[in-house]
Formats: sequence, structure tokens, C-alpha cells
Amino acid sequence: MTAPDNLRYTPDHEWVLLEGDIVTVGITDHAQQELSDVVFVELPDMGDIEKGSPCAVVESVKAASDIYAPISGEIVEINLDLVADPSKVNTDPYDGGWIFKMKIDDLSQVEALMEASSYIGLVR
Amino acid sequence: MVSFAGWEMPVMYSSIMEEHQAVRSKVGVFDISHMGQIFVSGEKAQRWLNVLLTNDVSALEVSEAHYTFLLNEGGGVIDDLLLYRLEEEHFLMLVNAARIDQVMDWLEQHLLEGVSIANESSEWAGLAVQGPEAPEIYSRITGGRCLPARNHLDDVTHEGARLLVCRTGYTGEDGFELFCPHGTVIQWFNKLIDEDAVPCGLGSRDTLRLEVCYPLNGSDLSEERTPLEAGLKFFVALKKDVEFLGQEILIKQAEEGLSERLVALQYDAPGPPPRAGYPVLADGGEVIGVLSSGAYSPSLGTGIAMAYLPFGHSKIGATVHIEIRKKIIPAKVVKKPFYRK
Repeated sequence: MTAPDNLRYTPDHEWVLLEGDIVTVGITDHAQQELSDVVFVELPDMGDIEKGSPCAVVESVKAASDIYAPISGEIVEINLDLVADPSKVNTDPYDGGWIFKMKIDDLSQVEALMEASSYIGLVR
Repeated sequence: MVSFAGWEMPVMYSSIMEEHQAVRSKVGVFDISHMGQIFVSGEKAQRWLNVLLTNDVSALEVSEAHYTFLLNEGGGVIDDLLLYRLEEEHFLMLVNAARIDQVMDWLEQHLLEGVSIANESSEWAGLAVQGPEAPEIYSRITGGRCLPARNHLDDVTHEGARLLVCRTGYTGEDGFELFCPHGTVIQWFNKLIDEDAVPCGLGSRDTLRLEVCYPLNGSDLSEERTPLEAGLKFFVALKKDVEFLGQEILIKQAEEGLSERLVALQYDAPGPPPRAGYPVLADGGEVIGVLSSGAYSPSLGTGIAMAYLPFGHSKIGATVHIEIRKKIIPAKVVKKPFYRK
């Protein structure tokens, strides 16, 4: 199980990458291992969303799993590559398997999320 | 791990997809120790079973097994099971774990003098070894033994312990199911793993059986549905020389036609995997049924499902709609099974 140091994490097993005022969101390596065999990703609608609202669904052969907005903001981009190849969530969870990007106003929301070491402690 | 009929069982060991493909292309092993073993014996055993079960017990040879149903008076399925004829007057019923108590209750209620029944479920463990390489692996773990013919069994003693081996399964592949005293099952499991059988969990057991349209009791079968509605009349001997419990309703259904049938549904395009419980809608949007089973099919790369639908919507080629999180996914009624070798 990997959890890169440059990302922040939620207790719902999402990762967040902050670049400027844009955050990229995906699910962690631990989450993809638990789900295994991702075969469908229901991508979110564009627009404003509140922290904690369900906005996407990752479906593996085993189960459907809701993805929650890790912070409040506006969804501005979705990873359309996942339509043709949802298994990228398994094979490349921290890069090609990203799910959506949000524009956020309050950058301190990201600071409030877990660092890698805390997240690793949570799932161990 | 999930709770299943009082057992803790793995959904998967590594990946449902990998376990599924291992069974389709090589060989996998499932722990089926949860299943129930009820032994039936006595000079009247055959005739008694023939009154309780839908298939024709008199057609079963010694060392042969067949699939059959135990029905209630309304023709609903108490359990679907394999009946093994171990000796002329000695039978084994292999029943679903979740139905052992109901089956025993039913058998005890209908017990006759001259028939004895014994629930030995807690003394036996079992493994299902499934896939094209199953015959070879059986030979390797038993020092050169050959598998019995399809639907036949060997009742042998191996290294001092009893071993029942039957060439049956729940995956649509060649393979066998072995039953042994529970203390000896770990050695068989380890031998199989040492010979590269892939350990498989409940997840792939479900995708494999659904691809070949084998019903799951409690989902596709219930006390409210008859085997005819489930499309399984092949295992119902309506013309055998004794009348079985529930037969009246089945004859009525056969004569008058069925109002609902268990159909196979398949996606035309990629979509979220169908899962049991999702509503099925007609073109106009009215709910016409509920998925009894559903999965992403690893072999076909698309969604597959089964549902009881009204006769008017059950024709091959008919289009229906599956509702998933308020979205509508089209699916076609297709011929069973979804997958053929």
C-alpha cells in the first residue's frame, strides 16, 4: 500500500492534490485494493458541491462505492479516460486514475485533511 | 470476509476477476464446507425421496448424482440440491447452507417408517475444484486416480479418511466437488494450492454461476417461485410414476402457462454493473420486476442479470430498462446461458 507524501487524505479513502486553487481527487491505493477490479466509474456533474456530499461512484465487480466531495468547491473537470478504461483506478490510482478536479476558494480546507503518515496509520 | 449462513467466508482472495478467469482457463478451488450433508437410508428411501423431490430418483444409478428440487405444497422451492445415490438404499442430499434447518424440518415432518435421515453437516467439509485442468490436478493430488464420469461419484478411503468425489460443480466448467471429514480438508486445500489451483471466494463463485445461469437459492429461487417459473423444468419429472409434493401446482402452470418467468438480461453498452434488487422497468416506465441476481460478467465484459418478468416482457430480444441510482440502463432479454464454452 502506497500513500505519496505530497497528497492529503480523507477518512473515506480519497486523496487530494493541491495545485494553485485546483485540487485533483481520486481514491487511494488502499481503497482500490479493497474494491479490486474497477469496471465502471460514474463521474460527477460539473458545478458546486458541499464537502461530504456523494458525487461519484466507483464500481468494482465486488461492490459499488460512493465517492464524497473531500472539500467544498466547484467541480470543473472530470477524467473522461475512465469511461473507456475504468481499470486505471486500480493500475494507476494516484495519476491516470484521478476522478475529478475542483476549484476551491478556501485553501485551508486542504490543510485540514490528513497527511500521508496519518492516513497510513488509519488503514494499517 | 462476509457472514454467509452463519459462516465467515471470503468474497475474494486476490481479485474476483482473476479468480473468475482462473476457473475459466485453468483451475480454481472454492471452500464449500458451509454446504449441508443429509444422509437418507432405508428400504423405502428411494420411494420416499421420489415423493419429496422433483427429479426422478428411480432413474438415478448407484454412484450417480442429479440436481433436483424440494418443494412446498404450493410448488415453491424449499431448496435446490444435489442428490447422490451412494448405494441402492443409501442417499446423500447436498443442500444449501442457509436451508439446512428448513430442509431438516420438512424431512422430519414427512418422515416414514423404514427411512432414516441424518444431518451430518457439521462433520463434513468440502472443496469445489473447477476448471479445465481439474482432472489433471485431481490425478496429481491423489497419486494417479482418475475422476469419475460427469455427475458420477467415487466413495473412497484415502490415507485412512473417507473421501466423496463427485464430478459436479456450480461454474459451468469441468471439475469436481470433494467432501471429507472436516479435520482432513486443510490437507486437501493445501495440496491443491501447492499444485497451483487458485483459491476462489464467493465473489467469483457468483459471477461464474451467473454467466451460466445457475440459480442462487434465496435470490433466484424462493418458496414463492416454482422451478417452472425459474425455467428449470429439465429437473422436474412431471411424468414419473409417483406424484411428488407440489406437483399439482406445477402441472397447472404447465397447462395454463406462466404469468412470470426468470429471464436473462444483458447490457448492449457499457454501464454500471447490475446488482440484485435493482428495479426493472418497461418502456413506459412502470416497474415490471426486480433483479434477482446481477453482476459484471468477466467473460463477456458487460452487465448480466436475471429477473422474474411478466410473460409479455420475457421474449428473447425484448428490451427492458434497469434503474440504477435514478438512471435508466437498457438491457435485452437474451437466451440462457449468457456464456458457453
